Amino acid sequence: MSQEPKPRTYRVLIGKPGLDGHDRGAKVIARALRDAGFEVIYSGLHQTPEMLVRIALQEDVDCIGLSILSGAHNTLMPEIVRLLEAEGAGDIFVFGGGIIPENDIGPLKEAGVRAIFTPGTPTTEVIEYLREACANRYQ
Amino acid sequence: MNTTLTERILGGDVRSAGRLMRWVDDDLPEARHELAALYPHTGRAYLVGVTGNPGSGKSTLVNALVAHLRASGKTVGVVAVDPTSPFSGGAILGDRVRMQQHSLDRGVFIRSVATRGNLGGISRSTPAMVQVLDAMGFDVVIIETVGVGQDEVDIVRLADTNIVVTVPGLGDDVQAEKAGLMEIADIFVINKSDQTGADRLLRELRTMLHLRPRDAATEWTPPVLKTIAVRDEGIDTLLTNIEAHTSWLSAHGARHQRDRTRAQQFVRLIVTEALSHRLNHALASSDWQSTLDALLARTQNPHDAADALLNAILEPR
Ligand SMILES: Nc1nc2c(ncn2[C@@H]2O[C@H](COP(=O)(O)OP(=O)(O)OP(=O)(O)O)[C@@H](O)[C@H]2O)c(=O)[nH]1
Ligand SMILES: [Mg+2]
Repeated sequence: MSQEPKPRTYRVLIGKPGLDGHDRGAKVIARALRDAGFEVIYSGLHQTPEMLVRIALQEDVDCIGLSILSGAHNTLMPEIVRLLEAEGAGDIFVFGGGIIPENDIGPLKEAGVRAIFTPGTPTTEVIEYLREACANRYQ
Repeated sequence: MNTTLTERILGGDVRSAGRLMRWVDDDLPEARHELAALYPHTGRAYLVGVTGNPGSGKSTLVNALVAHLRASGKTVGVVAVDPTSPFSGGAILGDRVRMQQHSLDRGVFIRSVATRGNLGGISRSTPAMVQVLDAMGFDVVIIETVGVGQDEVDIVRLADTNIVVTVPGLGDDVQAEKAGLMEIADIFVINKSDQTGADRLLRELRTMLHLRPRDAATEWTPPVLKTIAVRDEGIDTLLTNIEAHTSWLSAHGARHQRDRTRAQQFVRLIVTEALSHRLNHALASSDWQSTLDALLARTQNPHDAADALLNAILEPR
């Protein structure tokens, strides 16, 4: 991506894959990102990995944030990473939050998920991280 | 594999199109060359604007329209505009939440855009984004605006058919606004007509329309339609009316006129921006600071100062 011109605003897709219907966490992070100057595309509930990847391409986002409370993170998150790579869009990074056991974090990162924020992480920390990670895409 | 962005976009590559739209949105110099290369491929899509009060169901209506258009074999692009927060410059773009059913359809391309301070209900970049979708070959491009008042409605000069969405139960204070929207509507839609007051609103709007003198031979009379977008009711009739308006435009040579207006508006926008850019540049110069001193000392007058500034701005570069 280094040859790409630097954008004026970072764009983030906040997605809710899977079956759980709780989007409070997703909305909290979406609002925090908006207030930090990001453009947030919100997908709505019950998205499949295929749908989220398609949205990411149409919207040309820098990253996809996934909020998963159903326990299906071990399948859904790596699947999205894999589909992005299959589309030649592996440079769009994936991060996640929700109820994710400590033991799952290592394997998720090995599967290509860039960061996991466990409940209680201050939003300022998430924002800080994303600012830097987005900026790094254009170094 | 060393194809240009334009070639990839014309080949239907979604990611490349998404990328150029972002360059356009960010006003990056890289966009200019690509847009110029795409321009000869534009002019075929039919453009439909959907505007109206916040929360009136525009996105839900667009979703239903897309479904019906797809069923009739048409491909559809959507540019959905949501407001930028004036405090942070960020935005939450949520229109496509209502359009989820089309995410996987290759015949549909949805792009969310933030206003980024533009006041006319669409972003500065919207016309160029529409051009990208047009060049990609989408038959119809629908533009969902953010709800605005009557004063600055850029969508009028962009779309072929303008749909104004309103809902029952907004109270009488919106009467004046309705009168303003009257000027821009090619089709009125009363959405949420499952709610009370829809028939009263229908009568009111029809009366207001009839009060306005109109030459039926040269002027289109906007129909007023009822829909329930969440239940997919009234959408067929809406499509029939869009088609009727399209035919009317063609029969009256007005389609061509809209094309001319659109092309002129596009160039006007570029010129206005270039001028405003140069003006800001000139106002930041030390020359201008001395002129300002002279103005305060009353040894210079505003009109002569303006002339000098104009000369500086218009100097060839
Ligand atoms: N009762 C009823 N509700 C509807 C109808 N159409 C849409 N809604 C609901 O109205 C709410 C707003 O719908 P949207 O489609 O997001 O409205 P919008 O005009 O796009 O909203 P903004 O883009 O935020 O201005 C949602 O909860 C919809 O489900 C309808 O015909 N009847
Ligand atoms: Mg909407």
